[in-house]
Amino acid sequence: MIRAAFLALLSHWLRHPLQLVTLAVGLALATGLWSAVQAINSEARASYKQAEEQLAGLAGARLGPMEGSISLEQFARLRRAGWQVTPVLTGNVNFGDQAFDIMGIDLLGHPLSAALITEQGAPDLTALTPPGLLFAHPDTAARLTLLPDSPPLRAVEDVPRDLLIADLSLAGRLLNQSHQISYMQLLPTQRSGLQPLAELVPELRLDASGDAADTARLTESFHLNLTAFGLLSFAVGLFIVQGGIALSLEQRRAMLRTLRGLGLSLRLIVLLIAAELMAIGILSALLGLAGGYLVAAALLPDVSATLSGLYGAQIERGLELRPSWVLSGLGMALAGVFVAGAQTLYEVSRMPLLAAPASQARGQHVRRSYRLLAIAGVALLMLGAVILLVSEGLLGGFAFLSALMLGAALLLPQLITLLLSLAQRFTRGPFAGWLLADTRAQLPGMSLALMALLLALAANIGVTTMVSSFRLTFTAWLDQRLAAELYVTVRNDHQGAALQDWLAARDIPALPVRRADLRYEGLPLRVYGVVDHATYRDHWPLLDAKSDAWDRMFRHGAAMINEQMARRHGLKPGDDVALQSGWRAEVVGIYSDFGNPDAQAIVALPTLLAQIPGVPNRQFGLRVPEEEILPVSKAIRDAFDLPADAITDQRTIKMRSLAIFERTFVITAALNLLTLGVAGFAMLSSLLTLWAQRLPQLAPVWAMGLTRRQLAATELLRSLLLAAMTALLALPLGLALAWALLAVINVAAFGWKLPMYLFPADWLQLFLLALLAAALSAALPTWRLSRLDPADLLKVFANER
Amino acid sequence: MNARSWLIAACFLLPMPFAAEAQGYAGLGSRAEGFAIPRPNTPLKFPEDHGPHSDFRIEWWYLTANLQSADGTKYGVQWTLFRSALAPGNEDGWQNPQIWMGHVAATSRDRHLFAERIARGGTGQAGVTAQPFAAWIDDWQMQAQSDGIADLKLAAQTSDFHYNLNLKAEGPLVLHGADGYSVKSDLGQASYYYSQPDYQVQGTLSLGDGPVKVSGSAWLDREWSSQPLAADQSGWDWFSLSLDSGDRLMGFVLRGENGNFSSGTWIGADGTVSALAPGAFRAEPLETTLVAGREIPTRWSLVLEERDLSVEVQALNPQSWMGTQFSYWEGPVEVSGSHSGQGYLEMTGYE
Repeated sequence: MIRAAFLALLSHWLRHPLQLVTLAVGLALATGLWSAVQAINSEARASYKQAEEQLAGLAGARLGPMEGSISLEQFARLRRAGWQVTPVLTGNVNFGDQAFDIMGIDLLGHPLSAALITEQGAPDLTALTPPGLLFAHPDTAARLTLLPDSPPLRAVEDVPRDLLIADLSLAGRLLNQSHQISYMQLLPTQRSGLQPLAELVPELRLDASGDAADTARLTESFHLNLTAFGLLSFAVGLFIVQGGIALSLEQRRAMLRTLRGLGLSLRLIVLLIAAELMAIGILSALLGLAGGYLVAAALLPDVSATLSGLYGAQIERGLELRPSWVLSGLGMALAGVFVAGAQTLYEVSRMPLLAAPASQARGQHVRRSYRLLAIAGVALLMLGAVILLVSEGLLGGFAFLSALMLGAALLLPQLITLLLSLAQRFTRGPFAGWLLADTRAQLPGMSLALMALLLALAANIGVTTMVSSFRLTFTAWLDQRLAAELYVTVRNDHQGAALQDWLAARDIPALPVRRADLRYEGLPLRVYGVVDHATYRDHWPLLDAKSDAWDRMFRHGAAMINEQMARRHGLKPGDDVALQSGWRAEVVGIYSDFGNPDAQAIVALPTLLAQIPGVPNRQFGLRVPEEEILPVSKAIRDAFDLPADAITDQRTIKMRSLAIFERTFVITAALNLLTLGVAGFAMLSSLLTLWAQRLPQLAPVWAMGLTRRQLAATELLRSLLLAAMTALLALPLGLALAWALLAVINVAAFGWKLPMYLFPADWLQLFLLALLAAALSAALPTWRLSRLDPADLLKVFANER
Repeated sequence: MNARSWLIAACFLLPMPFAAEAQGYAGLGSRAEGFAIPRPNTPLKFPEDHGPHSDFRIEWWYLTANLQSADGTKYGVQWTLFRSALAPGNEDGWQNPQIWMGHVAATSRDRHLFAERIARGGTGQAGVTAQPFAAWIDDWQMQAQSDGIADLKLAAQTSDFHYNLNLKAEGPLVLHGADGYSVKSDLGQASYYYSQPDYQVQGTLSLGDGPVKVSGSAWLDREWSSQPLAADQSGWDWFSLSLDSGDRLMGFVLRGENGNFSSGTWIGADGTVSALAPGAFRAEPLETTLVAGREIPTRWSLVLEERDLSVEVQALNPQSWMGTQFSYWEGPVEVSGSHSGQGYLEMTGYE
């Protein structure tokens, strides 16, 4: 009996395969996007963790100087007090025209030393004595062209890319710093009873996190972003599933009645349906996981490009099947099925044996619940506003976003109802009156799909606005920052001086790019020294400055700092800042500096040289007229025997920077489009659901003389109407979202604020896209309606349903 | 102390991240250029010679102590600082070619705890000063309380154990060989070598279960040179014994492919020092123990006929294994037979 009943229930799908496909695909889409995001996240995290483990020496707590470097005396003081710390010296070295970060470690005591030998067998003591030994990743080693006088190089897999590692002795020689320590790494085992660090070295700063932890912290916002997208698409997918389940039961009402008439208990029927949902859930989840894997694999290269572009974090591995996201995907799918099916199951469990179609009463019931939804929506929006006022930071920003989106979605049915009532007041004629009333009656079935559409459209508007605003600002900023036409990097200071003479002889203005890496409050600070030239005064992207900022900088040793530094340390023009011990400078301006997580300052070149003698002089920006670019670069290359990549023209740099930028947001765009697709699919499934329920309402209208074709056109019109209304409502929501992304999330995540630009053309495009999606999703039901057998319509009058 | 530390110091370079398989002692010897060589008829000068000799390749400050608590429980303590130079010179900063290595251990009948520290020179993390005398690496130190090295404070702490001892010399320094010039082989290899074999010790020791008041005697060895030993020698067994008669014996056996070589020094209760003729000192293993996966002799029969000495030497704790970068056996021993007493035993090269 149970078996027969179960088969009877299942037979429904045989007769409506499309419905099964909709349901399964909806769930698979939801699961797929969710697990794709989870897969990407877990892959990235695993990659950070691996990097951390591989390079135990790069992670963990460190002691850094508040400014400048750590002295040998401070190091010895700690060691002699029993603290197990190991010194690290970092800096930048040039080999030929290539610059590399170098990390000098004590090969006798640094945890990294073990990794340097396990891969390569046993290096000998020559690494400790001149000429020493450089360790580099094979990829880095391949790029490094050694000069006859450079130290020998050994390729080791475990060294991070773009980094050279050497013993302190060699690093000290290369950096000309044989008495300095950049920071000290705390080793994992410390004995008990040590004197506290705060007493021993109050002048040093303890960073509980090393590079790897920094990466995790920095990239957290990115992963939160992805997770938000994943949840959004999952929610949208659930709307589809809900529609599908509701439809399947709607169509099986007669069958359920028959089954009950045959003596099956309500309880058993509910259990059977639950089992059916479970089976479909598992099936779709597996489908979704497979799809999610493919999506993740396709997106991973872009994600890793984004991460390395934005944060310098490397994901150096392919995608792996991890139990974490496989299980979370399965769990989400099953939970989703039951959340989506709960209402329907509840309805079934309360279904009277003989239920009459009571559409009107249902409508009234629904109206009351819309009001409740709307109240909840308003409450959520208010909560969001409160969160925004009270909390700072990334989590607050995302909480605000969630409240905003969900609140707006909850408001939607009530708003559409209001719009329809308004329209009803201004329409005349029975047909229009019927159309609006009928649209309103359809709203309960459509509202979930419309909410999904609203969210997808708003996300699209918001994210597009953010990316485009970012792009505009970034391009303008590039134009400002890269004012010189040519950028030249020479091999050494000697050659730098020669180039300056050469240029002076030809009356070509040269702007030396000279910088020193310092520390401010224990964090990296790069200080540039610039010469007084109109290029800076005219083009520098100042956000806030004193009126005579440039004069104060060039004449009185003042400094300008980037937005990140200003925000992080609460600095504003007029404040004093200690760039190094014994070097205080007035802040006279704050400039935007995108894509740079660290603090930066510019001062007049003489000021920099007075404070830090011997700053390398190897990079120059040249101002040359457009037509001179090629001849000048060729002349310099010939005169100084420089390789091709030592001279870059501004356009190439801009192109490269923009390419990085585009790749950064390609994943956002991809997820955006997918979400919109899912929302369109949600509409389709809703319309298919409604289709069956609507025959009893359409049959009388048909009987009154409207042709099937007219009815079909009406259906299409109604879909377009609803989509249009939703799209209109999505616009303000999308703009609010964009504002939140630009002014709240960005500031919290990156430390810079972006101006917001509006792109009405994009909105129009999106509006049309929404209409197209509505038309497409209505196409199938409409087509079916226009080809409906009149007998079916007649049957409505014969049967009850 | 002689042979034992030669190998430790030599191998000290090997087991580091830079172990070079092919480099034997000869390999080390080939890099002796630039280092000073011990010369005969160079009188030692104190306090200067308590300090480091940066122009020599290897050097150590090596202290072992036999201790006893009030209830008669026996302990052993080791405190060693090695200096090994990659090149001569001792400037400040990262270009300093000196490498320092510290070993400490505390031993009871059923426990043996040890630790190791490595430091590069030029930072102040480790080093030795002659006047006032101080030797240290991290928070392990041996520090003079007055001129010279007659009055020392010795301290070491690790996560497992710690000790704080006061050492007072009861006798004069002992210069080995010819006024401290100690010839090591027929090929003329030699070292500068002196000892303070007679410290009285008071202090506290904790092996992780609370501090214990201890007292006893200690032996300090000082040696420096630039030349390693012969290539055919695989290891050695080295004894320093304080006999209840007041006499002291240092004796060693170098185990070589071309036959063993033994020698030593007899320090009489009256302070007279006499070098032992090669072969006069004989040591035979009586019993082995499985230690760290290898069979190691932990009970010995020692014979020195010219002093009517025939004793059995038994390890206080047969598991006194120093599992450091270069691992070896080193621990307190008890002496019975024709003479009774105590001392320290070191064994290397047991694979």
